[in-house]
Amino acid sequence: MKLGKVIGQVVPCEVYEGLETVPMLWVQPLDKKGHPKGAAIVCADSTRMAGPGELIYYEGGREAAMTLDPVFVPVDHAIVGIVDDMALDQGGGDA
Amino acid sequence: MIAGRVTGHIFSTINHPFYDGKRMLVVEKIDENGKALNDYVIAVDTVDAGPGDKVLIVDEGNGARQILQSSDGPVRSVIVGIIDQITVD
Repeated sequence: MKLGKVIGQVVPCEVYEGLETVPMLWVQPLDKKGHPKGAAIVCADSTRMAGPGELIYYEGGREAAMTLDPVFVPVDHAIVGIVDDMALDQGGGDA
Repeated sequence: MIAGRVTGHIFSTINHPFYDGKRMLVVEKIDENGKALNDYVIAVDTVDAGPGDKVLIVDEGNGARQILQSSDGPVRSVIVGIIDQITVD
């Protein structure tokens, strides 16, 4: 899983069956210190509670679809949870 | 499996039910010399690792689910060991 920040919402008009009620959110991937890293992606929101500005963590790949019900849906990134707080060690290198 | 160093802890109340009660740590990936690589992963802790510990991570879904005894958990990265020493010939 990786950290991300919700920066917007995507509203599809036609979706694959099983994805009808799933919110799709724009997510900016972050590095381990919370700085933006790479291009924004669209994530299915399995919590159904994330909103713009929130710090979240998301899963990629096969496991992303497994956060949803039904699980056999074409999804490659999904928000798994909303971060309340992070305790970060000061040491270590940049990532 | 990959090696990493624990750099932080994540707290979350709103999450997928599978993650209820699970400890999640931020782990930066390291190379064989212990140097930080430009990447990290958030992994479920099963060995009570803490900040600064070098750890071993399984980054594969089926193995992760097997460790956490779940058939349908949306999990891929699990900390499965604490590294005492890395030797490079």
